[in-house]
Amino acid sequence: MKRLINRTPGLRGRWLLGLLPFALLLVLYLLASDARLAANPNDKLLPSVEQMGNALHALALEPSKRNGDYLFWVDTLSSLKRLLIGVAIAALIGLVVGLLTGALPLLTAGISPLLTVISLVPPLALLPILFIVVGLGELSKVALIALGITPFIARDILQRTQEIPAQQLIKAQTLGANTSQILCRVLLPQILPRLIEAVRLSLGSGWLFLIAAEAIAATDGLGYRIFLVRRYLSMDIILPYVAWITLLAFVLDQLLARANRWLFPWHKAGAES
Amino acid sequence: MKLTRLIPLLLCTSLAATAANAKDSFSICWSIYVGWMPWAYGADAGIVDKWADKYGIDIDVVQINDYVESINQFTAGEFDGCTMTNMDALTIPAASGVDSTGLILGDYSNGNDGIVLKNGSTLADIEGQSVNLVELSVSHYLLARGLDSVGLSEADVEVVNTSDADMVAAYTTDDVTAVVTWNPLLSEINAMDNSTEVFNSAQIPGEIIDMLVVNTETLAENPNFGKALVGAWYEIMSTMQGDSAAAIEARTAMAVASGTDLAGYDAQLASTEMFYSPEQALELANSDTLVSTMSNVAEFSFDHGLLGMGAPDAGFIGIEMPAGTFGDAGNVQFRFDPSFMQMAADGAL
Repeated sequence: MKRLINRTPGLRGRWLLGLLPFALLLVLYLLASDARLAANPNDKLLPSVEQMGNALHALALEPSKRNGDYLFWVDTLSSLKRLLIGVAIAALIGLVVGLLTGALPLLTAGISPLLTVISLVPPLALLPILFIVVGLGELSKVALIALGITPFIARDILQRTQEIPAQQLIKAQTLGANTSQILCRVLLPQILPRLIEAVRLSLGSGWLFLIAAEAIAATDGLGYRIFLVRRYLSMDIILPYVAWITLLAFVLDQLLARANRWLFPWHKAGAES
Repeated sequence: MKLTRLIPLLLCTSLAATAANAKDSFSICWSIYVGWMPWAYGADAGIVDKWADKYGIDIDVVQINDYVESINQFTAGEFDGCTMTNMDALTIPAASGVDSTGLILGDYSNGNDGIVLKNGSTLADIEGQSVNLVELSVSHYLLARGLDSVGLSEADVEVVNTSDADMVAAYTTDDVTAVVTWNPLLSEINAMDNSTEVFNSAQIPGEIIDMLVVNTETLAENPNFGKALVGAWYEIMSTMQGDSAAAIEARTAMAVASGTDLAGYDAQLASTEMFYSPEQALELANSDTLVSTMSNVAEFSFDHGLLGMGAPDAGFIGIEMPAGTFGDAGNVQFRFDPSFMQMAADGAL
């Protein structure tokens, strides 16, 4: 009899064990949903799979009565556009600020404390100010996402830059490199893959800020739709939307992870050596 | 915990949430609005308790911060009654299959909801602008009725869903030029520079009704619950009316509880047509006007997909009123029941 601590699942066992909790949750949901619907066929709290399918079908494959748009895709496109622009801006600012602040001791002394304080300000609390500064349009949503995650990315990049061994910088200088060459040829290639990892970590907050922004003033978007039908307890729309957002977030995360492996193969090799 | 043991437990909890039976303790919920503050006062001053004791029951009066959340709680079966407008009663609990009864018609909005333009003097100027409002709420309904009255439709404006919590802040920005909202936000926005109120609910009197809605099944099994609520309500009404010391005290308490002062609360009351006596409420409840109002509301709700995906037409959910039934008589989920208010008028409570 093997000790429990030494029993490891095979490949098939790993898949089965991984899927088991999902299957259990699904079965529990279906049982509870059936029970509620048996008591009241119009109950909206726990819709059946069929009801969710119908709601999704109507939103994704039939033009809306009001303006003929396919709402589900319009929502998805606007939300992804806002999220990606916001995250791209945050990544760019975070990279530049983090890299320069981490590499140049003069800047570190000047900017690092400020960055720490800024990253502690809850962006959602600043919303009314944000409205008045940039209005209620697309800009405010992108700005909220960018504001929300830039400090996090900048601080992360700053730390990663400072973690790079000083020996490398000294070697490069021995070979005659000046400051800008060190920044571009020594630090940047090692920081870029870490930037992608920081972006992956911050995507979760990015979604959160996106949905918060869409809940306040919007005409389309995944978060907007959820908050709109929340009024009517339309769980048949909300649950598929939440599942869809989760799936999108997962796919984005995986794409970034793969991009990291394709673009910067040395990063993984360096980590293993 | 084994799955086999979990299943019966889940079944029980989900059934318990929907099962109603004869009982002696009840709860109703309310949220802050000029026409519902009397419940806060009635609960604090012991009037509700007094009437509940008279009928040998307990009634818990609970405040919920978020209006929509309170209706959702009622729909989910957490409360036996809740304050809401006629439109929300149709589109939330009734459309979710929770048979609901309008027990007390408290008032109708008579200027409490309005459309405000920044640069425009008449409602027709709204054409081509984007309009900020809480989409699918009574504000949205008011806009639809207003546009109707000047020969425009929703296609002529762009509706931007804006949370009521951020409405005033949104109005201070340059790109917001038209809003539809309700008091006290409406009066704050009206007080700002270059704001013109171009349409308000006084122009559609009796269409946005604030009421106490109770679960039909609970009411049928426990008529005492209805009697106690109606008795308490009209005692509160008679207490708060007029200029006696007691009335001033009652209204001041309501003002404080809703975050304003007596003058502010009285100003809100001025744009509210309160039914201080059961006779006034009965007149509306028994009228043909109510039937045409509810058919308007049902049409609007259906056009905006609020009656659910399965609704083939506006009459999908039957609405039973003293003067007639609108829609499918075989699927009545929303009723106006004047019988309890009639008892109050007859002094039978």
